[in-house]
Amino acid sequence: MARITYREAISKALWEEMERDPSVFILGEEVGVWGGTYAVTRGFYDHFGPKRVLDTPIAEATIVGAAIGAALTGLRPVAELMTINFAFAAMDHIVNQAAKLRYMFGGQFTLPLVIRTVSGGGRQLAATHSQTPDVVFAHFPGLKVVAPGTPEDAKGLLKAAIRSNDPILFIEHATLYPVRGEVPDEEYLIPIGKSKVQRPGRDVTIVTYSKMLELSMKAAEQLAEEGIEVEIVDLRSLRPLDIEPVIQSFKKTNRAVIVEEGWRSYGVGAEVAARLYEEAFDYVDAPIRRIAQKETPLPYNRTLEQMALPQVEEIVRAVKEVL
Amino acid sequence: MDKQLYLDLYYQMVLIRLVEEASAQLYQQGKIGGFLHLYIGQEAVSTGIISARQPKDRVITAYRDHGVAINVGIPAKLVLAELLGKATGVSKGKGGSMHLADVKRNFWGGHAIVGAHLPIAVGLALGDQYQGSDAVTICMFGDGATNIGFFHEALNLSKVWNLPVLWVCENNQYGMGTAVERASAVKEIRQKALGYNMPNSRVNGMDVLEVRQATLEVLDQIRAGGGPHLMEVVTYRYRGHSMGDPERYRQAEEVKRWQENDPIGIYRRHLETRSIATPEELDEVERRAEQEVTEAVRFAEESPEPPPEALFEDIYAE
Repeated sequence: MARITYREAISKALWEEMERDPSVFILGEEVGVWGGTYAVTRGFYDHFGPKRVLDTPIAEATIVGAAIGAALTGLRPVAELMTINFAFAAMDHIVNQAAKLRYMFGGQFTLPLVIRTVSGGGRQLAATHSQTPDVVFAHFPGLKVVAPGTPEDAKGLLKAAIRSNDPILFIEHATLYPVRGEVPDEEYLIPIGKSKVQRPGRDVTIVTYSKMLELSMKAAEQLAEEGIEVEIVDLRSLRPLDIEPVIQSFKKTNRAVIVEEGWRSYGVGAEVAARLYEEAFDYVDAPIRRIAQKETPLPYNRTLEQMALPQVEEIVRAVKEVL
Repeated sequence: MDKQLYLDLYYQMVLIRLVEEASAQLYQQGKIGGFLHLYIGQEAVSTGIISARQPKDRVITAYRDHGVAINVGIPAKLVLAELLGKATGVSKGKGGSMHLADVKRNFWGGHAIVGAHLPIAVGLALGDQYQGSDAVTICMFGDGATNIGFFHEALNLSKVWNLPVLWVCENNQYGMGTAVERASAVKEIRQKALGYNMPNSRVNGMDVLEVRQATLEVLDQIRAGGGPHLMEVVTYRYRGHSMGDPERYRQAEEVKRWQENDPIGIYRRHLETRSIATPEELDEVERRAEQEVTEAVRFAEESPEPPPEALFEDIYAE
């Protein structure tokens, strides 16, 4: 096991898959000569060349559209959208094309396509560059949405995504890139659509994913000092949603707090809570709590921005409230 | 060009028109749901273009796609079965009129979001270029699609990457009910290629042989590495934008004027006056087409509905 960053894990996954399979290539804004705005593809252009590392104009719809077309010819494109906020400019191609073509043409089309993008606030980029709209994309059948919270998961899930024959939106988190974690030395894949218990516990179930896993872990450590043991279930994929491990955990703890960075309304918390009420109603010992972003566009000012984003103390408080 | 090909082009154009007339009837009988966009009047465009392609050349078009479907060789019965939503349809009854495709005939749809398939065509051509093939992607769209951003992004990138794409604008004078000059800053769509330093041409879309010849020449240039080309094909649709269009935006005289230059009539006169085919031979071609459509309608009507389990099939590959 090596301790590497989330950024390195994603970079290694891409590199290994490109070495392994000549049909894998990258396209996006500044992925080549620049080396990636988040430095994920640094060194790729020199090693793999301009044919396999394609710098594109700032034209998100066509980045995704071209990736769809190339996937239809049997290639395995990995399109990069610099941030998920720019994915709105490619919304038609993500939700109307990538998610629909296979079904609409009676299974004739296969789209082995990965769209990598970056979500999350907390860097004072103001309202249009700080969103966590992951659930918006998870709404659409036909698309798969993956959002890893650790370097190990990021690497294994990205490799699996590249080898998958379905269109996958792979959402990285902007502030997780420098975070380190243990990653196996040998090759491994992590199946898409499987939740994982990241921390075992008996008292309260926290359901979360991506960056909020980090905050939830910190909350769990504080709570442990007071003798409260939380179990953390990391969804890792928002679609397909693997709810079974969540239900299993809830049947043990009978209490749940759901933590997401996006807005509360119609969010991950709403979905997971509804599933728990529907499928495990007899096990509910306390109202299920949701921690999420305040319902405002995210402000630039650092203090205001942090007020809007979920905090460790909020998670700690919510866990105590459901106990 | 050998005689058989002349007759075959005639057969395809007549077949498209008869399929469309049958579709209009089936729609009025309530057997076709959703939208129905007829290709009547534009038959020479897709027939000329598709006749010039090689099997390896990919074809992708917009939602007015019945003509292309017939031209690439999908039997009329599988087109009509799709229009009727049957399990035997080319898209298993899940796509309908606007979403015909047949991957084994290198036909990549039938796309109903205006302009959205142009970026996809960039990717199809990129795939061929990446894999060292000299295939060309033929991407067809209406005049209305040239005013949306997708068109401009796609044309620009196709030129930047020197991709093998033939962009075909079927200028039928109206985007739904809005005349070209009310929606486009330039009157001739071909002018839009100038902003992308792209070769371009303008062709009479009512003459199948002119369309075919122009396409053959341009495909050669693209195949030789010449990069993308924008071909504007001037044509006209006789029927409304879709069924139920009140057509308040044009006069009946205008439609009549264009109908005097009917692409099937022009072609038939050409074949007769040049003594390429006799009236009897052409009548025989028409009879064959009528027969195919009669059988196709019967096949489509008798075909089974998709089974309930089809609802959840083909959402994902795995």
